Amino acid sequence: MLGWELPPHHTGGLGVACYNIAKELALEGSSIDFVVPYKAPHPGSEFMTVHCATDLLPGSRFGLGVYDTPTFSTRPSKGVDADTNDINGVRDRYCKYVEKLAAKLHPDVIHAHDWLTMDAGICAKEITNAPLVVHVHATQFDQAGGKSGDPLIHEIEYNAMMMADRIVAVSQVTKNIIIDKYQIPADKIEVIHNSIDISSFNDSHKYDIETYKYLESLKSEGYTIILYLGRLTIQKGLTHLIKALARASEKYDKLVLLLAGEGEQRDDLIKVAAELGVSDKVFFANCFVHGKQVRDAYMVSDIFVMSSVSEPFGLTALEAAHYGNALIISKQSGVGEVLDSVLRYDFWDTDLLANQLVGIATSDALKKSLQQDVKTEYNRLSWHDVALSCLKMYKSLDGVTAS
Amino acid sequence: MSSSGGSKRGIVLYLHAHQPLRVRKYSIFDTAIKHDYFSEDEYDHDSDRNNEKVFRKVVDKSYRPMNALLEKMLAKHSDFKVSLSITGVFIEQAEKWAPDIIQTFQRMVKTGRVEIVSETYYHSLAFFYSMVEFEHQVAMHRKKIKELFGVDTKVFRNTELSYNDSMAKWADEYGFKGIMAEGWDPILQWRSPNYIYRPSGTDNTRLLLKNYRLSDDVAFRFSDRGWPEWPLNADKYNEWVNVALGDQNIVNLFMDYETFGEHQWKDTGIFDFYEAFIDKWLANSANTCYTVSEAIDAFEPAGEISMPHTVTWADTERDLTAWLGNRMQQEALRYIYSLEDDVIRTNDKNLINDWRKLQTSDHVYYMCTKWFNDGDVHAYFSPYDSPYDAFLSYMNIVRDIRWRLYSHRNTGGLGG
Repeated sequence: MLGWELPPHHTGGLGVACYNIAKELALEGSSIDFVVPYKAPHPGSEFMTVHCATDLLPGSRFGLGVYDTPTFSTRPSKGVDADTNDINGVRDRYCKYVEKLAAKLHPDVIHAHDWLTMDAGICAKEITNAPLVVHVHATQFDQAGGKSGDPLIHEIEYNAMMMADRIVAVSQVTKNIIIDKYQIPADKIEVIHNSIDISSFNDSHKYDIETYKYLESLKSEGYTIILYLGRLTIQKGLTHLIKALARASEKYDKLVLLLAGEGEQRDDLIKVAAELGVSDKVFFANCFVHGKQVRDAYMVSDIFVMSSVSEPFGLTALEAAHYGNALIISKQSGVGEVLDSVLRYDFWDTDLLANQLVGIATSDALKKSLQQDVKTEYNRLSWHDVALSCLKMYKSLDGVTAS
Repeated sequence: MSSSGGSKRGIVLYLHAHQPLRVRKYSIFDTAIKHDYFSEDEYDHDSDRNNEKVFRKVVDKSYRPMNALLEKMLAKHSDFKVSLSITGVFIEQAEKWAPDIIQTFQRMVKTGRVEIVSETYYHSLAFFYSMVEFEHQVAMHRKKIKELFGVDTKVFRNTELSYNDSMAKWADEYGFKGIMAEGWDPILQWRSPNYIYRPSGTDNTRLLLKNYRLSDDVAFRFSDRGWPEWPLNADKYNEWVNVALGDQNIVNLFMDYETFGEHQWKDTGIFDFYEAFIDKWLANSANTCYTVSEAIDAFEPAGEISMPHTVTWADTERDLTAWLGNRMQQEALRYIYSLEDDVIRTNDKNLINDWRKLQTSDHVYYMCTKWFNDGDVHAYFSPYDSPYDAFLSYMNIVRDIRWRLYSHRNTGGLGG
């Protein structure tokens, strides 16, 4: 299995997903060799063999996270003495390491997660002739938020999807992008939805009423708190969300929106809110991921909106549900495919979103029903089922007999 | 047993005809501006919330072929009888979009062998919220039936076959000779549904109990390939009815009219099956068919039955949880019924009509979330994206009703 990160050295959802899939596969009796591009111990991953492809430290990892791709330049690689301060250099090193390892291990299946590991997956396939599974958690199109994104990454993704024996998409949303943007035949792609590990929630967290004290006092005056949590980027559809808030406020005034996160779109969003005359209803909180302010944000809010223009899955929605929020999810977000107890809308349909916001804010019955019903639903999701789907898929591949 | 000597044993066939007027996707931005709750936008013209589209479709699939079959059976067998309940909201839609159906119903009633059963005009749960409104809707329905068919209804059934002792008492005092209910085992215990009973606390009214096994074999299981008895043919079913009846009096086969052609499609063979079964049943001269009133006249009650708690013909629980089981449903109906006095006081015919149409039980059925628990999504068909969306549209309409009340200056404000 080829991945870019694993807990505790992860920066996003990819590491968590890889970890959980591998763990459940191991519990089903699979033997897994997992390659990461840095050197570090992985306590808690004893169920598999973790191979470190380089001597680099995980923390200082090439100055970027997995999905910060829009900001770096893709210089051509420099051969054997690749500069490991450059992401392509690291990719080269990773690729060579995987090539050698694969020749030694002769795996039954090569399972590569997202674009950074994809060319390594192709190399391993060429050497061993083992089937290649490409697991798409996010494409470059998702990262670029409506813009076309980096052409080199597109090419890497496209090549790997063409070479792959099977492609796993984390949602129908993602599958559709792979079909539409990469022209991959639909029958080559399997949708296996992500899951959530409920035990990973830090339930010992004690809500601190002081963190958002002003919001708390608004709440006590009957205000409904709407939360968005994540990066403030075009991909997240936040301009539409603010427009919907303004539209909703025409009908019902006691609404506020908390935007928790940071990103390059922040200043634009402040401007949009001002232009629409709702600046006093939009709160910007510059939260760090994993932080206490994040959990407090989930807890102070009533409604969580996932407003994304394109969201492969959207794990934060499930976290928000766990902390008792009613969910409104754009139809362009994959997580909505696994939940029935949510309201859905097209990301551009600000009137419908406004209608839903007012509806929840003015009906305790609707709010409570959504909040409670979605909890029973996500409790049914399990990584174990994800692993079983993967196993079933492995066994359908040519040349794979055992798990 | 005290059954009358000389009366033949019989089947009591009863069909329930109903189509709701679904509310459209109605936004908070429509509230106080548009009052066209029951006509879906152009934009969503093809949706299953488009009442005309749904009505025309179901008439083609079910009502036209089934009425033709019933007329054929009436012509073929002099002792073929059937009872029908037809809701006011169904009749209104038929008058607009399929008047031929009203005409075939009229021809059937004219034979004297088709009885119309009483119920609420709006297929509502008003009995559980307002006796004044409930009685008004029963009277409206009786009046409409009298106008269209020239007959007085004598036997009562409430929405979803909901029934309890106090309803029986009401029917008794109202003057109905009979009332219909589910023959649910936990209530009946050792007793058989194949007799007439006297409801507890009543003098003259009689209770007819649905034989749910034999009814549901047709209504629910007929085309289920996973059912061990599939495929069900007329010989087998006739045998079952014979065995179940034995030397008892009647088998009450109560079902939705749309079992024929809509729930069970034509290509399952449901129409041919029903015809063949009736032919076989009546081929035995010891057998006959009764309308609900005739069955009550033909037999003495076998005993008394009490149902203090409400029983319905729905789901495995046989209760009202599909309509009143969650908070949204309870709120929606609480709001709508709390407006009763204000709405009636306006004397605004359109407003009162709209308010009554919003009482149709289907509106809250679409808000049911029960199936999230058993995952059986398909058991609860809804034309809305989700129960929550159904509730949203409905609540925005409730607000519009409040706004219209306010504009009459007969109420204090918009707070409800």
